[in-house]
Amino acid sequence: MPANQFNGFTDYGIGIGLRVPHFRHILAEKPVVDWFEIISENFMVDGGRPLEVLDQILEQYRVVQHGVATYFGSADDLDKTHLRKLKRLVRRTNTPWLSDHLCWGSVDGRYTHDLLPMPYTFAVAKHTAEKIKAARDVLEVPICVENVSSYAEYHASEMTEWEFLSEVVELADCGILLDVNNIYVSSKNHSFNPYDYLDNVPHHRVGQIHIAGHSKFEKYILDTHDHPVLDPVWKLYAHAIKLTGNTATLLEWDDRIPTFEEVHREALKANKFRESVVAAS
Amino acid sequence: MKRSKPTNSANQSSPPVRPVHSREDLRELQRTMANALFRPLTPRWGMQKSWTDGRSTRHVAAEFIKPNDRLSSFERLEIYNRQYWFRLLDCLHDDYPGVRAVLGTKKFTRLATAYLTKYQSNSYTLRDLGDRLEQFIQEEPAWTTPHAILAADMAKFEWAQTVAFDGPSKRSISADDILGTSPDELTLCLQPYLSLLLLNYAVDDFLIAVKKNDEDALRGEASNAIHSAPRGSSRRKPVRLPKKQQVFLAVHRYDNQVYSKRLEAEEYQILTAIGRGETVAAACEAAITQSTKTDLNWTDTVKSWFDVWTALGWFFLPR
Repeated sequence: MPANQFNGFTDYGIGIGLRVPHFRHILAEKPVVDWFEIISENFMVDGGRPLEVLDQILEQYRVVQHGVATYFGSADDLDKTHLRKLKRLVRRTNTPWLSDHLCWGSVDGRYTHDLLPMPYTFAVAKHTAEKIKAARDVLEVPICVENVSSYAEYHASEMTEWEFLSEVVELADCGILLDVNNIYVSSKNHSFNPYDYLDNVPHHRVGQIHIAGHSKFEKYILDTHDHPVLDPVWKLYAHAIKLTGNTATLLEWDDRIPTFEEVHREALKANKFRESVVAAS
Repeated sequence: MKRSKPTNSANQSSPPVRPVHSREDLRELQRTMANALFRPLTPRWGMQKSWTDGRSTRHVAAEFIKPNDRLSSFERLEIYNRQYWFRLLDCLHDDYPGVRAVLGTKKFTRLATAYLTKYQSNSYTLRDLGDRLEQFIQEEPAWTTPHAILAADMAKFEWAQTVAFDGPSKRSISADDILGTSPDELTLCLQPYLSLLLLNYAVDDFLIAVKKNDEDALRGEASNAIHSAPRGSSRRKPVRLPKKQQVFLAVHRYDNQVYSKRLEAEEYQILTAIGRGETVAAACEAAITQSTKTDLNWTDTVKSWFDVWTALGWFFLPR
C-alpha cells in the first residue's frame, strides 16, 4: 500500500529510536534497520561528538527527525533560535518528514521541558495550526504532529482530543504521527474508548505511527517508554494499521533501555500486523 | 473540516471557569499551569497546598483542571508538578556529579531546587539547564556553605565541559596560515568550545576521582519519558574533598573527546590576553614581564606552548 504525502510519499517500514546506549553497537555492527528516528534537539548542537555520530549514522541509514520542543501549542511565537537550528539539522539529515508534538511546553520564554496537553478549543486549534504552517514554511519539509499522553483535562475544552487533533491537522494541512500507546494511556486516564479515537481521525493524514510501553499505577497510567509494548496497545496498533494502511512505524524505548537486539526484536513484531494489511489489500 | 458540536464528555464538570477563546486566554491558562509546575515540591514530593497569593492550590487547580472519577483537579495537576521537578533535578543530578559530590545528594537537591526556582529554564534544551548554576552559587552562597567557593569552581568546570562537548568550532589555523605575520601584528581568536578557568581548587583531579567508575554518556532528551524522584545518597565512600590550590585549566575537546589541561599561570595569561584581542606579541610580553620565574628560556618555552596550542586546534583567524 502506498504511503501518503505527509510522510514524503515513502514506505519506510519499521524504525527504531536512535538512543545513546546503542551508538557503539550500531556503529560497530551495522545492524539491518529500516530507519532510525532521532530526537532533533539532541543533535541541534553546534559541533562535537553528537554530530560526528549522526554523520556516521547518516552514511549507513535513513533518518527521520522527531522533535520535543517546537511547542506548536504554546501561546508564544515559535522560538526563532530553535527553528534556525532545526532547519540546519533538516538539511543535514534530509529527513523526508518531521514530527513534533501537539502540545505546549513553554510560556513567556520559560520552559517546562514537558509535553503538556492543550485546551481543546477552536481558537487554540486555529492558533496551533498557524504555527505549524509557519514552521513548515521555514523548514520546507512535511510536518506530522503527534498526539501526546496526558494526565489532565481542562474545563475550557470544547471538544474531544481526537476532534481537536483532526481540526488542527485539517486547518494546518499537515500529517499525524499517531501514537497508539499515547491514545491508550489517555483513554485510561480520561475514560474514553480508544477505538473511537482511532476511528475518527483523518486516516489519510497519518504519516507515521508510534508504539511504546507504559506503566500502570493505582489511579492512572504513565507513559514511561520503559517496557515492551503491551497487548492492548498491539491490538490498537492492528486496528490503526487497518485504517491507515501500511504506515511507517517506530518503537519508542527511552528509559531502562535494553540491548539493541531486544529493542529491534520488539519493534519487528509490528511487521506481523503490517504484513496482514498488505495480504488483505 | 466541519466543526463538531461540543461533546458531552467535554462539558460534564460544573465550574464554568476559564474560557480559552483567544491567544491571550491561552497564554493566561499556560501561565497559571506553568506557575504551578515551577513551584517546588513539598519535602514529601507533593504539590504545595497554598498558592502564591495564599489561596488554596486545590481551589486554583479546580478553576482550570477537570477532576475525574479517580483523581481531583489538584491530584491531576500534581502529576505534572512532580514530573517537572523529577525531570529537571534528574538532569542536574546527571550533569553536575562534581557539585553533587562536593555537597552530598541531599544538599545538592536543595541547591538545585533553589536554583531552578530562581532561574527557570530559558532554553528549549536541557543542555543549557545549568548555565547559570555557578552564578547562582556566587549570588546565594548559603546553599553551599561551607564549600561555596569549591562548589562554584566545580559548577564552572562542569559547565565548561558541556560547552567543550558540543560547542561550535571554527577552522583552526596551521603554522602555514600565520607564516610571515609578525607577532606584533598577529591577532588570533580562541575556539568557542575552549574555556580558560582560574580556579581555587584542583577540581579536575577531584572530578576524575568522582567519575572513576562512570562511563561517558551523551545527553539524551527523550520523547514523553517520565522520570522518577531524585535518587538518594550513594552508599559508596565519598571522595575526599580537594585542598585549596590555585589551578589554571583549559577545558577543550580534541578528536571530539572532552579534555581538561593544566596550564602554567603564564600560559593562562597569554591565552586570556589573546582571547581579549591583544596581539600575540603584547600578550606574551605582558605575561613574561609579570612572571616571577627567572630561570626559563622564554623564547623556547613560549614557542613550545604555541606549538601545543596550535596542534590542539585552539586558534582560528579573525575575519
